[in-house]
Amino acid sequence: MYLTTDPVELGPLLQTVQSPGHGGIACFIGAVRDHHGGRSVIRLEYSAYGPMAESECARIVGEAESQWTCRVALKHRIGRLAIGDAAVAVVAASSHRESAFDACRYVIEEVKRRVPIWKQEYFADGTVEWVGAGEAGRFAGGEPGSELVTNQGISEQ
Amino acid sequence: MPTTATATITVRVLLFAGYAELLELDDTELVLQSPATIADALDRLRSLPGGQRLPPKPLCALNLSQAPVNTPLKAGDELAVLPPLAGG
Repeated sequence: MYLTTDPVELGPLLQTVQSPGHGGIACFIGAVRDHHGGRSVIRLEYSAYGPMAESECARIVGEAESQWTCRVALKHRIGRLAIGDAAVAVVAASSHRESAFDACRYVIEEVKRRVPIWKQEYFADGTVEWVGAGEAGRFAGGEPGSELVTNQGISEQ
Repeated sequence: MPTTATATITVRVLLFAGYAELLELDDTELVLQSPATIADALDRLRSLPGGQRLPPKPLCALNLSQAPVNTPLKAGDELAVLPPLAGG
């Protein structure tokens, strides 16, 4: 399972990818930031389309592992998170550092582009907004998320 | 004379995040005249309260895979209407 409501920790992820042949291990953690657009954020709440998020994460990990001959571990937390909490973690292990860094970068970028996860920001001024929804939480056509995204890149619908 | 019954299909529609808030709905079934596409389902959603605020071409997934709005629907399909993604 790639989604979890539990705290995300690197240790267990490292254990799943470490092996004697892996000389380079790259880790990325995406943590909850206390500001956005110059405003103070007090917490985030993540939600997901669970079955599709799981299948898309598996696809992304598979792509990275076949492209760079590496092992990848990935966890994304769902639910209410506090400032500083790890929201997502990627660990990529390979023979050498170049492929580990490349695979790690690929996975986090593709997660952000393709996995159906949403976050709601709770601001210190009491307002609550969906990230990516535009001003005042309004949705408009033509935003990044309204593009059709595939592993070959982005194509307009 | 025999009458020709209009064929219909029933699809499940899931809405998430801000879109679920717009329509105050996160899981529903739509009965559509066949043949129908994702665009037809979106038109039906726009006729519901709050639905007119959906964007012209929202990101959609059909049976867990992203799909363009001209994709044909069949009975039993699961259509998800996805707001701009914001994981990570």
